[in-house]
Amino acid sequence: MSDKKYWQSFGELNNSEAYQQTAKDEFNEMLPFEDNSKGLLDAKTPRRDFLKYLGFSTAAATLAASCETPVTKSIPFANKPEDIVPGIANYYATTYVQDGDAVSILAKVRDGRPIKIEGNELSILTKGGTTARAQASILDLYNTARLRFPTIAGKEVTFEAFDKAVGDAVGTAPVVILTSSIVSPSTKEVINQFIAKHPGSKHVVYDGVSYSGILQANAATYGKQVIPSYRFDKAKVIVSLGADFLGTWISPAEFAKQYAEGKKINEKKPEMSKHIHFESVASMTGSNADERVLHKPSQLGSIAAALLSAVNGGSVNFSDAEIKKGIEKTAKTLIAHKGEALVVCGSNDTNIQIIVNAINEAVGANGKTIDWSSLYTNYQGVDADFVKLLDELNAGSVSNLFIYGANPAHTWVATDKFKAALAKVKTVVSFSSVNDETTQLCKYVIPSHHYLESWGDAEIKTANFSFMQPTINPLFKTRQWQDSLLKWSGATTDYAAFLKNYWSTKLGGDTNWEKALQDGVVNAPATETLGTASFNSNAVANASSTAASTKGKGKFELSLYQKISVGATNGASNPWLQELPDPVTRATWDNYIIVSPKLAKDLLKIDLSNNGQADAYEVNPPKKVVKLTAGGKSISLPALIIPGTEENTVGIALGYGRTDKLGKATVDAGKDAFIFTSLKDNNVSWFTDDVQLELTNDTYKIALTQTHNIYDTKQGKRTEVMKELTLDEFKENPNEIIEDREKELAPYGGLEKFEKEGTIYPYYDKPGIKWGMSIDLNTCTGCSACVIACHAENNVPVVGKPEVLRFHDMHWLRIDRYYSGDMNNPNVVFQPMMCQHCDNAPCENVCPVAATNHSSEGLNQMTYNRCIGTRYCANNCPYKVRRFNWADYTGADSFPDNQREVLNDVVMNMNDDLTRMVLNPDVTVRSRGVIEKCSFCVQRLQEGKLKAKKESRPLKSGENNEWDVKTACQQACPTNAIVFGNVNDAHSAISITRQDNKLRTFYSLEQLHVLPNVNYLAKVRHIDEEHEGAKKEEKEHA
Amino acid sequence: MTFLRNTFKFFLAGIFILFGLIVSNSAKAQDGKALFNANCASCHKMDAKLTGPALLGVEDRWKGNRKNLHEWILNSGNYLKKGDPYATNLFNEYGKLQMTAFAGTLDEKQVDAILDYIKKWAPPTAVTTTNSAAAEGEGKDNSLLFGIITLILAVVAFTLMQVNSSLKKLTDDKDGIAAAEPVPFWRNKTYIAFVIIVLFLVGGYYTTKGAIGLGRQKDYQPEQPIYYSHKVHAGVNQINCQYCHIGVYQGKQATIPSVNVCMNCHLAINEYKGEPIHSDDGKEINGTAEIQKLYKKAHYTPGQPWDAAKAEPIEWVRIHNLPDHVYFNHSQHVVAGKVECQTCHGEVTAMGEVKQFADLSMGWCINCHRTTQVNFKGNGFYSIYEKYHEDLKNGKIDSTKGITVEKIGGTECQKCHY
Repeated sequence: MSDKKYWQSFGELNNSEAYQQTAKDEFNEMLPFEDNSKGLLDAKTPRRDFLKYLGFSTAAATLAASCETPVTKSIPFANKPEDIVPGIANYYATTYVQDGDAVSILAKVRDGRPIKIEGNELSILTKGGTTARAQASILDLYNTARLRFPTIAGKEVTFEAFDKAVGDAVGTAPVVILTSSIVSPSTKEVINQFIAKHPGSKHVVYDGVSYSGILQANAATYGKQVIPSYRFDKAKVIVSLGADFLGTWISPAEFAKQYAEGKKINEKKPEMSKHIHFESVASMTGSNADERVLHKPSQLGSIAAALLSAVNGGSVNFSDAEIKKGIEKTAKTLIAHKGEALVVCGSNDTNIQIIVNAINEAVGANGKTIDWSSLYTNYQGVDADFVKLLDELNAGSVSNLFIYGANPAHTWVATDKFKAALAKVKTVVSFSSVNDETTQLCKYVIPSHHYLESWGDAEIKTANFSFMQPTINPLFKTRQWQDSLLKWSGATTDYAAFLKNYWSTKLGGDTNWEKALQDGVVNAPATETLGTASFNSNAVANASSTAASTKGKGKFELSLYQKISVGATNGASNPWLQELPDPVTRATWDNYIIVSPKLAKDLLKIDLSNNGQADAYEVNPPKKVVKLTAGGKSISLPALIIPGTEENTVGIALGYGRTDKLGKATVDAGKDAFIFTSLKDNNVSWFTDDVQLELTNDTYKIALTQTHNIYDTKQGKRTEVMKELTLDEFKENPNEIIEDREKELAPYGGLEKFEKEGTIYPYYDKPGIKWGMSIDLNTCTGCSACVIACHAENNVPVVGKPEVLRFHDMHWLRIDRYYSGDMNNPNVVFQPMMCQHCDNAPCENVCPVAATNHSSEGLNQMTYNRCIGTRYCANNCPYKVRRFNWADYTGADSFPDNQREVLNDVVMNMNDDLTRMVLNPDVTVRSRGVIEKCSFCVQRLQEGKLKAKKESRPLKSGENNEWDVKTACQQACPTNAIVFGNVNDAHSAISITRQDNKLRTFYSLEQLHVLPNVNYLAKVRHIDEEHEGAKKEEKEHA
Repeated sequence: MTFLRNTFKFFLAGIFILFGLIVSNSAKAQDGKALFNANCASCHKMDAKLTGPALLGVEDRWKGNRKNLHEWILNSGNYLKKGDPYATNLFNEYGKLQMTAFAGTLDEKQVDAILDYIKKWAPPTAVTTTNSAAAEGEGKDNSLLFGIITLILAVVAFTLMQVNSSLKKLTDDKDGIAAAEPVPFWRNKTYIAFVIIVLFLVGGYYTTKGAIGLGRQKDYQPEQPIYYSHKVHAGVNQINCQYCHIGVYQGKQATIPSVNVCMNCHLAINEYKGEPIHSDDGKEINGTAEIQKLYKKAHYTPGQPWDAAKAEPIEWVRIHNLPDHVYFNHSQHVVAGKVECQTCHGEVTAMGEVKQFADLSMGWCINCHRTTQVNFKGNGFYSIYEKYHEDLKNGKIDSTKGITVEKIGGTECQKCHY
């Protein structure tokens, strides 16, 4: 392992005083202690008052005690449904479908209400993996801002009145149905039936995040306007030109699973895929890359063209030396791995995508890493279609418009034009279940169900079907939009019957349909050979020359991106997603302008190598606001300095600045950046050149969690916290990690004797089960699905932006981001960090009331009802994973004063009776003044053990892939980076993982002898240059 | 010698066979009882009509024809088609209510076991209550007696002290020593201090005790919307607990039955004809009127078909309340732990309205976990505790004490609090 330094914050990199201080402090804020120098009587609460209060509270307690215990009622069902046993969860297979995301899931339903999303392990696409957004979608079901009844011109009406009004207004006249991409084959059938009854109607697809560049490029070069399957698992070399395929691009959960296949390491034969990433603004996928090349957004075309010519054997002409080197190296690697290489591109420019297709042809991806027989259906929208529709609307030739899933009033490049055009349509019906920007402009609003209340199906990829079934009765007076369409086309059946009929016919009988519905998926037959398509290179030359000649205007450029949490379209109203720290920026609740460290020096006058300036920037929440102007529009947003961003490029996340009517979480959260999108060749472009940046005198507070929970050792390089090495180093010396550990533990007895000799404490037996967890840093992508899963499973409260600003964030599981190397383009490691359940836990022996102690199964137990809130444990925790309830975030107390004036509307809204339906009834809702932390999902452990006990058999934890127990984070993880189970069982998955990965296993801060039950597997980076460089240096030194 | 050995072998084999026979026989009879309770008892009694006829002497009534009986029990609908006049009459007599078909649930052997059990059945002898009475006598509270004695002694001591001081005063007068102004005892500092200390101790004791008892409701017996007598249902009529509390083997809640479960039987039973019922305070309860209360909630008029969809839930008063931060799972105790319902709920079969038997305090839980052994050898789950098995074998663990719930971590915080 190289002796480089890993760092989280600039202060840490410089080892500034402020950093040293925060690392030392127990809590990062001043505690409200009174100054008592004036003597006891003059203090705010003098002795007499104290006695008065004491007397009063004793009297009050006595009074309260003499009151009778309240009578509680126990009300059973009138008629108990057969499949519900109170207290036992049912799991229904369904599908999360929203704005292009489609993930097969199971909904955990307790006593009639869905409370948790789990991945469906029967799906061959995601194999049980989920995304943060799929996990968080359950909270949207209980969003208090959902539309609750049909309205005409804002007035509530009945369904009958609505049907009549729409029937009168529309009749059999032609209707334009505007939707986001429809993945449901039966819905397409419903639309066709409607169109048949309304001759002249048409269906227009519009996606908020457009992939029309790829669609049109494929039409031009392969003759098919489709998106093929990308097979990252088959690729040894992955080159991404700005495609955030692990976070937001096309099908991230599936890609993450495939990507992890290539990143898993067999210790006996260490091989792994290589990922080279070209990007402008640091993204999560770029942070995972083995090598990253930074460029301006406008250079992407010429880079693609240069890469094409290079893989075809031509020379690379590029003015920027770094980029030139990157392209040459990429081309060399690609050529060396013909037939097992894959190039993907996130651009929405048809020409660039045509070039990428040509590169893929040149490296033999067609049929090897790209499967043309399996096509995505989740992005079908072509921007030109919508442009055409806009013209029609403007011309007044459309008199009826139905809108479902599309929200052009927020996402279109020119919302004013759309609004004006919409005003010319006679009848506009919105089926949206929330009052979004477009729905607000519609006279007729008939809200559709949330997907968890809906019937449905999805063809996620060709012949890979996934089904939806209702998991709860509709909460409000809503009607599924397919039902409305069927009704309005004169059908007598409802959509549920239609769906059943449709699939019974297709699958051959009701029994097959029921089986499919129960499984949730019908997978495409497995085949080893991938489909190919014939390539037509006619368009390539023209595209190449056009792309290569594109030059950006002005010094600065803007790149618009999506966050993995909020996304571009619908995440902003979800408090869990808003409070989820972005894996790259570690910021919550807002969007901001991302600037590079170099630009920070010029523009913000912050020199990060200057301790004072770096600290001032980092320690104080108020960030300098920058005014950005482009194309006549401007926006003022705070600036965050993020390494890994191209020098003169700035980035802004889409999806913020939403209407207040979507929910409390959207109020004052960020600003809308869709105003900077533009049409280029009839495709929406996410880049803008010729950008002016101007520093204002304003500041704006950003709730960054970057500097929260700092922990380190005296060594100060964090290599005792997390470990990383390169593939070459690993091949050369497989024992490097072990030797490193040996060195760390040498003063305490060395690896072998460390456990017994490194302590004065006795050793305790774990006679039955001993729980343990292993986290592979190599396959962890930082996607944060686990963080949201933990939120949902464990009733972790939302604290709101003001509380995050005060370091009061409550996540039990956080994903630490470490930088190393070059400040301008650093390497990144993501390390999920939660309670390590130390067998020799320092928190346990400082608790004055034994509220935290150790179980015989190796759990570090936290007993809320025993905790008195001294917070000694949090102070003594070396990993800083304990969280304190500074206020009554969940409404668990009986004293409303514990919430008043402290918590903002969002948090109070989380205490609404409707929102509280999402709480897991098996987990205590914590009150103010107690510590909480990761419990290894003890409620799941107990449930799994009980299942085994009742069946009189040993616990199954992963042997033959049979599981009684999975933690929420493990279940949610799309890459299986987290393995959990019984360490005492030699056949359990955790034991096998530790056995098979002995050479990479390490424990964070192992030398402290806290004996964590969580181990990590070291990150291996497939990089070679640096190693060669280091060797050279060594030689020179020698 | 060989002869002897052979005889011994025969003898041994004989004993084994005999033993086996006894065991298998008793198992069969045992089976019959369990099967009867699980399948028949909700509608049939031995010696009285319930939803269905009394079953004592059923074989005689069927003229010992077990074959017909089998068919009748396994699927009465099919059997009726045969036109057996006795069966037809029976069917008409019981309101044309068809008996649940047991084909698939029970096989003929099991039906035989039930019939054998019915044949052998004898009315249970009255449960003697002398034991508990004796126990009560033994543990009778003597505090009243002690209290009186203490009081008398205190008065004697007080009088003696007064006498002593008077005598002292007399001798002092005699000796000519000037006596101090006499202080009345209510202003005597020693007395005052003494009384304060006593009050503090007594007050403290009761305050602490009261505080510990906050929220505990042992013997809680609220009035329920319907006087539902467990004594009648579970005691006299021997309905299995699980018939109504269906969740008890499956999940954390035992569950209170929904109206349709009540109506399973009460569609046919619309009046109470048993022994008079008296509530605990001696009032006589009209059983039939209580059934009418159920009908009112179920929206059922006897003689007319019942529409279950119209039923309203009954708002029972919850008796066993655990705080929110306690996780308790019935199935854990009943299935895995094989604990009897009565262990925690008391002799429910003898209760009219249910009363909380245990105080449900944490100490009460923990004490049981400390002393109760788990089914360590019988339950396959515990096979992973290799060390304990080893220790049991070589005597390091006292096999009479066995492996208690505590030994496998049953007193740790996060077994119940999470």
